[in-house]
Amino acid sequence: MITVENLAKSFTLHNQGSAVIPVLEGADFTVAPGECVALTGESGAGKSTVMRILYGNYLAQAGRVMIGDVDLTAAEPREILGLRRETLGYVSQFLRVVPRVPTLEVVAEPLLALGVADDAAFARARDLLTRLRIPETLWGLSPTTFSGGEQQRVNIARGFAHGYPALLLDEPTASLDALNRETVLQLIEEAKANGAAIVGIFHDVEARTRVADREVNVSAFTPVAA
Amino acid sequence: MTAAVKETPVTPLLEVRNLSKFYGARIGCENVNFNLYPGEVLGIVGESGSGKSTLLNCLAGHLPSDSGEVIFDTRADGPQDTLTMSEPERRMLGRTDWAFVHQNPRDGLRMRISAGGNVGERLMAVGARHYGDIRQEAGDWLARVEIDMSRIDDRPSGFSGGMQQRLQIARNLVTGPRLVFMDEPTGGLDVSVQARLLDLLRGLVRRLGLSAIIVTHDLAVVRLLADRLMVMKGGQVVETGLTDQVLDDPQHAYTQLLVSSVLQV
Repeated sequence: MITVENLAKSFTLHNQGSAVIPVLEGADFTVAPGECVALTGESGAGKSTVMRILYGNYLAQAGRVMIGDVDLTAAEPREILGLRRETLGYVSQFLRVVPRVPTLEVVAEPLLALGVADDAAFARARDLLTRLRIPETLWGLSPTTFSGGEQQRVNIARGFAHGYPALLLDEPTASLDALNRETVLQLIEEAKANGAAIVGIFHDVEARTRVADREVNVSAFTPVAA
Repeated sequence: MTAAVKETPVTPLLEVRNLSKFYGARIGCENVNFNLYPGEVLGIVGESGSGKSTLLNCLAGHLPSDSGEVIFDTRADGPQDTLTMSEPERRMLGRTDWAFVHQNPRDGLRMRISAGGNVGERLMAVGARHYGDIRQEAGDWLARVEIDMSRIDDRPSGFSGGMQQRLQIARNLVTGPRLVFMDEPTGGLDVSVQARLLDLLRGLVRRLGLSAIIVTHDLAVVRLLADRLMVMKGGQVVETGLTDQVLDDPQHAYTQLLVSSVLQV
């Protein structure tokens, strides 16, 4: 489902003396449907960079990234938008929403964007919010005023609303209590059972050993000169 | 799921080729090329004087361009170059499929007729004649942009800036346009009103399947509203791409400067 071939990435900082910072070189790995791959490596090794390239958020300097049959490094913005709507989900560490939009709508939005009927989309949103223990009294409020943990759970609910065939998870269990952590791990296991290819960053070692089938150490892709 | 991808029409709604506009020897905008597809929102950012408003006005036919093509996929006749179209045809387009939201609502509204009249005028321009229907429809739209029905007979001169802007949006969208041009739609409004307007615009774009071109210098606004971004400097397009990609991994020196100059709240 996800294939990364010979991927390279560097940042050129034009306004800081045109400094070039190489981050990745020759990154190669694949993720099959129903498989969960954990990216490992110390802080700064480039885990998040790989994730962002997989989402089309960062541009790669060289190599190919195939999500299904679309090459992200060569796709038009329109194709990437379509891919993100249908195929490729991303649970980031931060929730970014239009102020004033109620939580229930925030969670249902990925489904509404796919043209799912309002009833079905909101039913799914209610189900996820209940499972993630967001009290019903908060559903009608905008998540911008929620606590950090609540925002993260809203973000997770939103990421799992649609059953994406490829899913990227950036520390999904960070800052969650034991019960909610368990729910999130179950959601990941369900997604795997449904055939989703998952790439994740988990600092939580226990969670990683439980859901990940393999580990890919990103340090192996760090350019030698740096 | 894959069927939905294939359903997406392949014909761009708007196709812009080598569009240039010069003010004497000075460049307004030069060699602008892009495609806009149905349902897409394109943001244009850049510092003041970078040519973004010039470009928007050339696209909408408010300013004559010096060269290039602006091809719009019309409902009746398919793709047509709007720059070579006759003036009546272009005006008709401006009343039906196109809408233009000005930065200053006073430029887009008639200040001496009632709020309801402002919305109804666009309907009458496309042939609506039944007073009751027009008033009903105008009332509907005022409600959608959260203006109280009791204000329908008041003149916009007595409205606050945010209300005027929302009224302008209602006036523009009442005829069900397919393409909306917006010049700094949230400029000059305080942040709480801005948030409300963003929420409104985003909802309308999704529900009505509108395409929009939004000129702004507010990067937070484009991040939330625009699918794609075009960065302009000195009349040239220096960078284009997905909004989040351009903002998070800017390639051009100017974009890097622009993104790193935003103050964090």
